[in-house]
Amino acid sequence: MALRTLVTRKSLKGGLGLGFSRLRGVHTVSLPDLPYDYGALEPVISGEIMELHHKKHHQTYVTNYNNALQQLDAAMAKGDTPTVVKLQSPIKFNGGGHINHSIFWKNLAPVCEGGGEPPKHSLGWAIDLHFGSLEALTQKMNAEGAALQGSGWVWLGLDKEFKRLVVETTANQDPLVTKGPSLVPLLGIDVWEHAYYLQYKNVKPDYLKNIWKVMNWKYASEVYEKECP
Amino acid sequence: MGWSASCINPFPASSHLLVAINMSKHLKSSQIPLRKQKRAWLGNEKARCVLAYYGLQKPPYELDALEPYMSRKTLEMHWGKHHRGYLEGLNKQLAKSDVLYGYTMEELVKVTYNSGNPFPEFNNAAQVWNHDFFWESMQPGGGNEPILGLLQQIEMDFGSFTNFKEKFIEAALSLLGSGWVWLVLKRNEKRLEVVKTSNAISPLLWDDIPIISLDMWEHAYYLDYKNEKGKYVDVFMNHLVSWNMAMLRMARAQSFVNLAEPKIPVA
Repeated sequence: MALRTLVTRKSLKGGLGLGFSRLRGVHTVSLPDLPYDYGALEPVISGEIMELHHKKHHQTYVTNYNNALQQLDAAMAKGDTPTVVKLQSPIKFNGGGHINHSIFWKNLAPVCEGGGEPPKHSLGWAIDLHFGSLEALTQKMNAEGAALQGSGWVWLGLDKEFKRLVVETTANQDPLVTKGPSLVPLLGIDVWEHAYYLQYKNVKPDYLKNIWKVMNWKYASEVYEKECP
Repeated sequence: MGWSASCINPFPASSHLLVAINMSKHLKSSQIPLRKQKRAWLGNEKARCVLAYYGLQKPPYELDALEPYMSRKTLEMHWGKHHRGYLEGLNKQLAKSDVLYGYTMEELVKVTYNSGNPFPEFNNAAQVWNHDFFWESMQPGGGNEPILGLLQQIEMDFGSFTNFKEKFIEAALSLLGSGWVWLVLKRNEKRLEVVKTSNAISPLLWDDIPIISLDMWEHAYYLDYKNEKGKYVDVFMNHLVSWNMAMLRMARAQSFVNLAEPKIPVA
């Protein structure tokens, strides 16, 4: 936190001398801590996978996003439009990866902390209203996840505008908002192979079936109730 | 070298098309004794339905022949489960289709791609072709450098073999998501290039001729290298890539692309 303020202050000083072009600092991101141990989601997701997924994959997205952001800042300051445009792709990919995984860690919880407990109150009713039942929703999401070709995510989202729940998929690390500007992610399931391969190998459907046992509906409810009070 | 050219198929992979005639759909009862069934068959000539399906090609080496660079476990999963899965999925889809009959795998890929609006069969067909091509792009004791004509062509189009290698590795590491990296011979430009594609797409779709491919889907390297893509790509370039196969494919490609043609600029 302190480092970030230092960066901003430095560029502020420079900005006041050169005009307004360097007033903003580069807000880099950092790897969030997991709210539970690596092995806490066993046997649904192995500790090995959680450790690799968090320490290596998510960390790589964070590092590459920060690099791309620094480069973007430099390119924008110079007015180097081709570089600015070229950097959109790694920013979308790595930034998306950071956003998506940050949500994902909060979507999961060990069984002893309420993982797998079905949703109640307003989210529970909304699910019954839009999908018929929780089983119907999980089946739908599992089907979409299994059918997804390549790498991507399956989402349970809330359409803020129409106050409606939707199931969507996104490719690679595209965040849910790329499918609709009013979509808010409630739950996301990572169906990149790195999320399950070491444990489930090619049997993606088993991974999808089991992940509901550690799904943190409390978090999803909180987000839902904030948007739909 | 200890690796003879006779045991490899120099022609582009195409899983063999097999045909079976399925009678049971149109016979009223399977309890009819055989003789009566024969008569029914002769009488109901028009009722026959023909089922075509593709067979799974084996890699041209044993599943443990690429150790320690690509483990037997990986090949068992990658070929035995993923590749086989694509093939069986394709056969199931084709069982319901009347239109997609009688194509070679290469033709099927192009037809199901439907110029960018792919049919559901495309993903399976393309991945079957891609994996056939991939197994044959590797060999035990691979790596090193190509020789003769192919090396000359690479040096002409990339400056040096080292430069090509760097470009190939860079393409592999900068690929976002699942996909493939290819060394292709571009038909129109009449030169070699490094190309990266997403998911199941291959250079066949824009009529170029692939020479070498590398699978960058996570399932290709995760069991052996976890998240260390760089190591996997290095190992492929240094120990697995089959330049013999590349030379054979180049030789075949030259019957379609005239590389000796002088590049005269159009006024």
